[in-house]
Amino acid sequence: MATTTAEHHEEHGHPTGWRRYLFSTNHKDIGTLYIVFALIAGLVGTIMSVFMRMELQEPGIQVFNHLAQIIDGVSPEVAVLAAKNLYNVFITAHGLIMIFFMVMPALIGGFGNWFVPIMIGAPDMAFPRMNNISFWLLPAAFTLAVISLFVEGAPGLKGFGGGWVLYPPYSSNTGSPGPAMDFLILAIHLAGASSILGAINFITTIFNMRAPGMTLHKMPLFVWSILVTAFLLVLTLPVLAGAITMLLTDRNFGTTFFDPSGGGDPLLFQHLFWFFGHPEVYILILPAFGIISQIVSTFSHKPVFGYLGMAYAMVAIGIVGLVVWAHHMYTVGMSLDTQRYFVFATMVIAVPTGVKIFSWIATMWGGSITFRAPMVWATGFIFVFTVGGVTGVVLANAGIDRALHETYYVVAHFHYVLSIGAVFAIFAGFYYWYPKMTGYLYSEPLAKAQFWMTFIGVNLTFFPQHFLGLAGMPRRYIDYPDAFAQWNRISSFGAYISALGIVLFFYVIYDGFAKKRLAGNNPWGPGATTLEWTLSSPPPFHQFETLPRIKDVEH
Amino acid sequence: MNESRNRDSASSLRGKRLIALSVGAASLAMLALSFAAVPIYRAFCAATGYGGTPQVAKAAPAIHGQRALTVRFDANVAPGLAWKFMAETQEIRLLTGQTATIFYKAVNLSDQAVSARAAYNVSPESAGAYFDKISCFCFDEQKLGPHEAAELPVVFFLDPALEQDPNMAGVESITLSYTFFGVKPAALLGARDGAAAPATGKRDDRSP
Repeated sequence: MATTTAEHHEEHGHPTGWRRYLFSTNHKDIGTLYIVFALIAGLVGTIMSVFMRMELQEPGIQVFNHLAQIIDGVSPEVAVLAAKNLYNVFITAHGLIMIFFMVMPALIGGFGNWFVPIMIGAPDMAFPRMNNISFWLLPAAFTLAVISLFVEGAPGLKGFGGGWVLYPPYSSNTGSPGPAMDFLILAIHLAGASSILGAINFITTIFNMRAPGMTLHKMPLFVWSILVTAFLLVLTLPVLAGAITMLLTDRNFGTTFFDPSGGGDPLLFQHLFWFFGHPEVYILILPAFGIISQIVSTFSHKPVFGYLGMAYAMVAIGIVGLVVWAHHMYTVGMSLDTQRYFVFATMVIAVPTGVKIFSWIATMWGGSITFRAPMVWATGFIFVFTVGGVTGVVLANAGIDRALHETYYVVAHFHYVLSIGAVFAIFAGFYYWYPKMTGYLYSEPLAKAQFWMTFIGVNLTFFPQHFLGLAGMPRRYIDYPDAFAQWNRISSFGAYISALGIVLFFYVIYDGFAKKRLAGNNPWGPGATTLEWTLSSPPPFHQFETLPRIKDVEH
Repeated sequence: MNESRNRDSASSLRGKRLIALSVGAASLAMLALSFAAVPIYRAFCAATGYGGTPQVAKAAPAIHGQRALTVRFDANVAPGLAWKFMAETQEIRLLTGQTATIFYKAVNLSDQAVSARAAYNVSPESAGAYFDKISCFCFDEQKLGPHEAAELPVVFFLDPALEQDPNMAGVESITLSYTFFGVKPAALLGARDGAAAPATGKRDDRSP
């Protein structure tokens, strides 16, 4: 770094030490902060899920009663009662942490901040100081969410256990009069504000700061994915903010938005929540699509198949994704015609999604593929995402969903697309850009070992949950009848294997820094055509002081 | 060279501001829309009968239909309201288009005058669009003195148009349901005194 910065004439010295990060306006430093934050939050969320799987390994309550005595400090006589609540608090926190504090910061804040400006040939983000506040709102939000675990929610019980969907009346004063829910609402407010500011920053950067010659139709697909994601964030997060603000005033200031006694309707919350909640799943997966497109193209040594189709498929997924929200609510008693519409609109999304899957395969077809770790992860992503997509089409049917609603089939479905899909893309992107971000090569055998541990682990965890759901096992319960014991045990063993994979992942990071194998500008060879590979590894503190000119490139 | 660079950066700054402000305005508009959803949702339900919202009619219909359906009457009192509330008629059978008047009875069991308001809907929900009330005690707030009893009338008819709706083909009986909720003066007055009172009240109801 010292040599690269010396080449530029600096107008001001760079802040060093903690100031470099706390006051940072540099998109790469902020991206690094996001990634580190996501790793920490992801670790917390993973530990929670391992506890959940430990509890579900056998019928009965045998883990959370001890955990409740440690965390909530309850006496052994009421430990089982507290355990039931604590389990639900854990599933709630696991969901919110993984969505708002792991996947979104990693994919959008982390990789987005690091590589969107570089890929479009910009020196930095459009609003570097706003970028700083976007990040630093997140630790504040995370702190509030963690505080929520330790204060009273439902009478006499700690934390909020109503699931990440936060439905009233359980989340209103009727179910959770304590302050835990208020802390959670404020945490989501802050996380939402952070994401909206970030989205405004990305949209402005992409529209206004592209290098000469970098037209919209020449942008790398990862930039397209972040652009669509940013629009979804701007359009839907304010609706969530509105809904939880109404919940907050219902709880504290006597309004009755969701309280029938004052003419309100709890169902309105579900509509508002899912108007955000469904696009949110595309917010989580679209950047993953972008990363996978870059990786598949790089390691197949071919331009991506059907570039325009790929870009506009993401736009189509974003637009259609805005108008399918009620497929999460088939059981609330909608008219048949409403259900018909939402079934149809939901299934339509399978078309642009299919375009993407087939285009990735077509990109690989006939390519000269090198199976380096990022490519292995990307191929794994395509497999697990397709499995999750197929069960998604099953669940889109209102008739089938009535039976499968709130069962483990749904849990298996969304973990295949999000937990496994989005997380595989995070690992793929991490290994793909690790040499660029750090300047060092990771250990190829270890990275592949982590892939196989995770791939076997997550499939062992979540595939049996399809069987459990089809057999009627409901989600959000700490206990289950003995009939479900077999697949639950296997599912838990899978979770332990993937958790060991996470441990190995942290070792791979350590190993990369310890061994210091220099990566060079472009470790991936001629397939890596995007602008980040023209820079040094790690890139200089300020890149593109002379803007690059983009020739006609073949995508 | 330097001047042109400055001009470039000035126009780029304007562009940045324009984009950032319009995107920010779009997200504020979505926030406003989420609050506008409350009256829009209510108006939508009232207009379409969505979610089993009965219709309000001015007068009885001119035509009588062919189908006879059973209408059941359900009465509930929300926790915390010391009222007794029941339907005097359990169910009636009537032709579509035929106007019926039935009575509910409410008794205030407490020693104070209490105001309450009834929330209502019909089930199945598809019947909401065809359940027309001409007058109903639920349109207004009801106030009963200590231990006072009152007869509360409902005048309604079933719209003959339901015979054409395939969603109503299998529906043999419709249930009209009321729930009386105590009117909370504190809640209506605003946050200052109201914040603590309803919350602690509910907490007392629920704690073991």
